[in-house]
Amino acid sequence: MLRLILSRLVAAIPVMGVVAIFVFLLLRLSPGDPAAILAGDAATPEMIAAIRADLGLDRPIWEQFITWAGQLAQGDLGKSVLSKQPVAHMIGQRIEPTISLALTTLLFAVIVAVPIGIIAAWKQGGWIDRGIMALSVVGFSIPVFVLGYILIYFFSMKLDIFPVQGFASLSEGLLPFLERIALPTLTLSFIYIALFARITRAAMLEVLGEDYIRTAHAKGLNESTVLVRHALRNAAVPIVSVIGIGFALLIGGVVITETVFNIPGVGRLVVEAVLARDYPIIQGVILLFSGVYVLINLAIDVAYVLLDPRIRY
Amino acid sequence: MRALFRHAIFRNTSVLIGGGILLLLLIIALLAPVLSQFDPGQIAPRFRLKPPSGEFLMGTDMLGRDVWTRVLHGAQVSLLVSACVAAIAISIGLTIGLVAGYIRWLDGPVMRAMDGLMAIPGILLAIALVSLSGATLVTVIVAIVIPEIPRVARLVRGVVLSIREEPYVEAAIGLGTPTPKILIQHILPNTIAPLIVQGTYICASAILVEAILSFLGAGLPPEIPTWGNIIAEGRGVFQRAPWIILFPGGFLACTILAVNILGDGLRDTLDPRMKKRLGA
Amino acid sequence: MRPRHFRQLVSVIGLSIGLGLLAGAATEAVAQDKKVLRFIPHAGLRITDPILTTAFMSRNHGYMIYDTLFAVDDKMQVKPQMVEKYEVSGDKLTYTFTLRAGQKFHDGAPVTSADVIASLARWGKNDTMGQKLFSYTKEWKEVDANTFQLVLKEPYGLVLDSLGKPSSNVPFIMPKRMADTPANQNVPDEIGSGPYRFVKAEFQPGVKVVYEKNPDYKPRSEPPSFTSGGKVVKVDRVEWTSISDPQTAMNALIKGEVDIWEQPAFDLLPELKKQKDIEIRNLQPLGMNYMLRMNWLQPPLDNVKVRQAILHAIQQEDYLAAQVGDPDYYKVCGAIFGCSTPLKTEEGAVGIKKADVAKAKKMLAESGYKGEKIVIMAPTDLNSINQLPLVSAPLLRAIGMNIEVQSMDWQTLVGRRAKTDPIDQGGWHIFHTAWGTADMMNPITNAGVKGLGKVGGFFGWTEDAVIEKLRDDYARETDPAKQKAIATAVQKRLYEMVHYIPLGEYFQPSAVRKNIKGTLPSPAFVLWNIEKN
Repeated sequence: MLRLILSRLVAAIPVMGVVAIFVFLLLRLSPGDPAAILAGDAATPEMIAAIRADLGLDRPIWEQFITWAGQLAQGDLGKSVLSKQPVAHMIGQRIEPTISLALTTLLFAVIVAVPIGIIAAWKQGGWIDRGIMALSVVGFSIPVFVLGYILIYFFSMKLDIFPVQGFASLSEGLLPFLERIALPTLTLSFIYIALFARITRAAMLEVLGEDYIRTAHAKGLNESTVLVRHALRNAAVPIVSVIGIGFALLIGGVVITETVFNIPGVGRLVVEAVLARDYPIIQGVILLFSGVYVLINLAIDVAYVLLDPRIRY
Repeated sequence: MRALFRHAIFRNTSVLIGGGILLLLLIIALLAPVLSQFDPGQIAPRFRLKPPSGEFLMGTDMLGRDVWTRVLHGAQVSLLVSACVAAIAISIGLTIGLVAGYIRWLDGPVMRAMDGLMAIPGILLAIALVSLSGATLVTVIVAIVIPEIPRVARLVRGVVLSIREEPYVEAAIGLGTPTPKILIQHILPNTIAPLIVQGTYICASAILVEAILSFLGAGLPPEIPTWGNIIAEGRGVFQRAPWIILFPGGFLACTILAVNILGDGLRDTLDPRMKKRLGA
Repeated sequence: MRPRHFRQLVSVIGLSIGLGLLAGAATEAVAQDKKVLRFIPHAGLRITDPILTTAFMSRNHGYMIYDTLFAVDDKMQVKPQMVEKYEVSGDKLTYTFTLRAGQKFHDGAPVTSADVIASLARWGKNDTMGQKLFSYTKEWKEVDANTFQLVLKEPYGLVLDSLGKPSSNVPFIMPKRMADTPANQNVPDEIGSGPYRFVKAEFQPGVKVVYEKNPDYKPRSEPPSFTSGGKVVKVDRVEWTSISDPQTAMNALIKGEVDIWEQPAFDLLPELKKQKDIEIRNLQPLGMNYMLRMNWLQPPLDNVKVRQAILHAIQQEDYLAAQVGDPDYYKVCGAIFGCSTPLKTEEGAVGIKKADVAKAKKMLAESGYKGEKIVIMAPTDLNSINQLPLVSAPLLRAIGMNIEVQSMDWQTLVGRRAKTDPIDQGGWHIFHTAWGTADMMNPITNAGVKGLGKVGGFFGWTEDAVIEKLRDDYARETDPAKQKAIATAVQKRLYEMVHYIPLGEYFQPSAVRKNIKGTLPSPAFVLWNIEKN
């Protein structure tokens, strides 16, 4: 197990390297100039040039890359061009809302979707199955922001149950936290419920056709015991893997929900940084996201081994 | 036996319904100039935010443009983007996947590069690409294609790895059949079924991603109406003029629904394992 | 099965009790809260240095934490603010200023002449009016800790107008150690002597800024008027939360999660007016102006006849109706120094009120235009101006121009408009923007009338010696009547040569909850004098 983890971590290094180089080149070869943004509307060309020189943007790309990579090796993500705050500090400020939202969404989606998927598989072809699957397809079809507006309109404006916007840290108490995160979670989890339910259904169907399930039935075990103890356990591997990928997608995909509900998360940080050409922030956040992605893939592999002793790496 | 029969019908109806709706949408999109006499870009400030009526079937937007006309013309672009993205992502992903899966020494480096690409969140990559290189139809398509490529490549590589160990492929290799011929004759056909299914999902997600890009201000410009940017432009007045969002949103949902139904149907009919299980 | 159900029941009850306790604790915490004013600014604050950038967010932030030597009242008269008294020598060459006693920076250090001189020196490097003032300056002299002198090379008419200018870049006074930062770098701190203190620990760039009342601030005794007078703070804390989604911002205001929304979207005003707890207030009476700016270096716009054809092809009302919509909030206006300012005049303002397609076509034909492609840059993500290019395109096509609208995000546009290159190398012909009237109300501060070309000119690089001469004359003139005559001549010249095309004036109202009293009209958004009940 330890060897698996170590070898995976070593293999992650070239992946992160690819990400770093790709992102760096993408940014530097693109139009837009943080110096011009910094200088504002009435700036003169001389002023913009002075700021460019000050930021080191006038040096050759390879030189800029080496400077950045050198800093990175010392664990320094650099400073924001616009606000001059250290990127690591800015990410630190913004990571909690994003992680919180991703986790609550994942939790809620799993709690709702797995039973739905099991029932759909159990009553395969029946009206429940079709109804649930049709609903899950609808889940795929609505753009997240439209759903967000509709939920705000009903739950905040009409029924006055939840606040419209904002984020409260868990440290401010469980209730304020839940109050603020409920609607964003609901909005974001819709599509994941659809995804997880379908995967659960498919995995369960696969397992339900196996001989040992028939044996279990033949032994006279009741339906729920067979479904949960025997079938779900064996169907867990693909479900866990999709949940893991779902989490990775979530981390990058919360940006819309963050915008609609005004949650100060990392998603908005990076989108705004892209629009403002704040290079160090974009580079830092994308590296972070890909690091999370690599770690989650590792966690999925570990989960495989734990869940299914037959799998060896 | 009866359950099996019913299931078979359900499968076929899925393909039928999904394909039917898509065909209908395609016809509507192509007939856009016939179905509306307005110009989708015509600005008429006097007719701002008019609710749906006999004159403006789906109302007007903030600039007094006819929403029905824009939705029709938007259908052309949205469907085009979705089809192009799927076609391009699959052809590139297929090539990479075949090569990586079959030529062993290339597998490592190619798949590491794919992993790297996959590790960058797709939406962010697309936003960066579009806002960095300008919002044209081509850049938007490229931006949505790139994050899809590694997924297709992985899928294809997986299929190739399992097929190449099959006795008939080993036999062909043993007989000295040239590599391209093995790839095309023996391996390619096995990838078609999963790719068609994957393709429909890419179609659906491309339309959504395009909408998200517009929402974030990195989508196609308003002179090229798409369902995505009509919705994104109208979002600021959602409570005042919900028709700007609801009509294109409805079309968008219908399309994605149809594509998904079609994809599910295709998967159930094409997936050999599914067939085996149902036949057993 | 029964025991398990019971366990579930117990845990549900336990959880509810726990939640109830938490809820109680939360309400208690709120009851002890201080008076907090919650404000949605028009964008996120990222650059905290109002001298480095002209961004209005940074300017408004500046007014929270810094103070100014002079300020303007509602008649645009310059009044002393940090300055107690000043004297002008008979030859108009020496100004002697004395600071009010007892002014302190937020770190406790007293405000001294050295701080003032260093702050003005830095401002003079970046600001348009500052640069002009410094070109007439011989030296700034420190007399004692509270007294300093400005010695001029020759008489200059705009000394006080410069020091009291209400909008970007405002000559804010910082501690010398901060003001010694090079003018092209962000200051390392946020320490001023203004009515609020910056709470650095809670600053989240682009998201949230927190200020608390500065207990050491001694407001002037005069009533507040525009940026001048007593800056009395009547709340304990101000929180700026930027909400980028207008729909969400509106709902948050309606529900009372915030108190003031600085710039509500025009399309949402009817919805807001229906709310009984909300008032729409015009707090920026000077208004804003839209502008169509052309690149003089780029053929065929180097040809004045083509530019004049464009001038006669447009009509202001189309832009205003498309971008603003409600005529209550806009005004067709040809006066380039503002329609409600001392230099207001309609003289020379031709071509903008009604499009004359026939005339414009004829002018275009005479100009020798041969269907060259004209590139208009259109920002998609800046809601305050994104419709303007969409109005220009059909108007210019109507007179037979070959128009290409290129969409991009605003920051790409900002980067690209700095390029003087030809079209195929990333150059451009036309962009649209908006300026606060306060930033364009005289020939010195209005960047659009600069005639300096590539050296020191505004994007578009209008090179025009005639207008530069007039601007110089204006700066030297000290008699207001003669100043106005020169300003009128500048306006005539601008329309003749078409430096830019004014697209009309508009007013951006704010949406305020009714329990908020004492909001002040001002050329920049200011947050003192406000009470929350």
